[in-house]
Amino acid sequence: MIQPPRIYIGTFLALIALLGATIVAGYIDLGQLNLPIAMSISIAKTLLIMLFFMHVWHGSRLTWIVAGAGFFWLMMLLALAMTDYATRHWTPVTPF
Amino acid sequence: MPEAGTAHQFETLEQQRDADLLGMWTFLATEVMFFGGLIMCYTFARFSYPSAFESASHRLYVAYGGTNTAILLCSSFTMALAVRAAQMGRRKPLIGLLLATILFGLAFLTVKGFEYHTDYVEHLVPRWNFRWEGSDGRQAEIFFWLYFILTMLHALHVAIGIGILAIMAVLAWRGRIREGSDIPFEISGLYWHFVDIVWVFLFPLLYLVGHR
Repeated sequence: MIQPPRIYIGTFLALIALLGATIVAGYIDLGQLNLPIAMSISIAKTLLIMLFFMHVWHGSRLTWIVAGAGFFWLMMLLALAMTDYATRHWTPVTPF
Repeated sequence: MPEAGTAHQFETLEQQRDADLLGMWTFLATEVMFFGGLIMCYTFARFSYPSAFESASHRLYVAYGGTNTAILLCSSFTMALAVRAAQMGRRKPLIGLLLATILFGLAFLTVKGFEYHTDYVEHLVPRWNFRWEGSDGRQAEIFFWLYFILTMLHALHVAIGIGILAIMAVLAWRGRIREGSDIPFEISGLYWHFVDIVWVFLFPLLYLVGHR
């Protein structure tokens, strides 16, 4: 399905605006919020690129699943590994 | 009888198209895992040494990283338009847009090269000439290991992408466009956009730790 140019132009302008937002947010002290905000903007950019530049929006359901699977497994990797590392100090390790 | 333009294992162009796209998306999912291992290393190291990562990150120049982000976003834009031209069977715009995308890719690598030179001059290359004033030198060195491995791996992907697009431009120039033949361009585009997405995450993770 051929998309009208305005879809691509709109996506591109939104991406540039989000890049500006990332940089501006990077110079403001938001404490613990700097990382979540930066990552949220990156995810928003990724969604724009995937949905409109990579045509997932009009893609088959299989495309949605495979595209989502990569992200899902990455989240599993990060979440499960970090629940281990982040909680190790909760209980002191006693040698056998 | 299979439709004209299909490889012998497919019945219809539609089926071939779906299979080709699925293959590329599956490959991209493995690429997410490939970069994901390094992102995991990064996450753990940053979690363990937050202050060292912040001061190390501030030695990088946002101007370099930001410029390169803008360049890659522009390249994704021209790539998307190139795929559109291929879908419409318009050869000349297709070739022009592919060349524009290649030029943006080369511009990215050029900026990266200048940046690496700056990093070298400022003694930020681990093992080679790393020098750190202040505390947490070893931890800062870990940041720069990750910075170099991640960005070099990414630059390698950009270089491969440029090679793929050059081949695509030659194919388009030779006039190999017919019905259903926009798929190689679509698939090359998927790869290019993926490489852009990787940078979209690397930029804040490397250049904007904490706040500047």
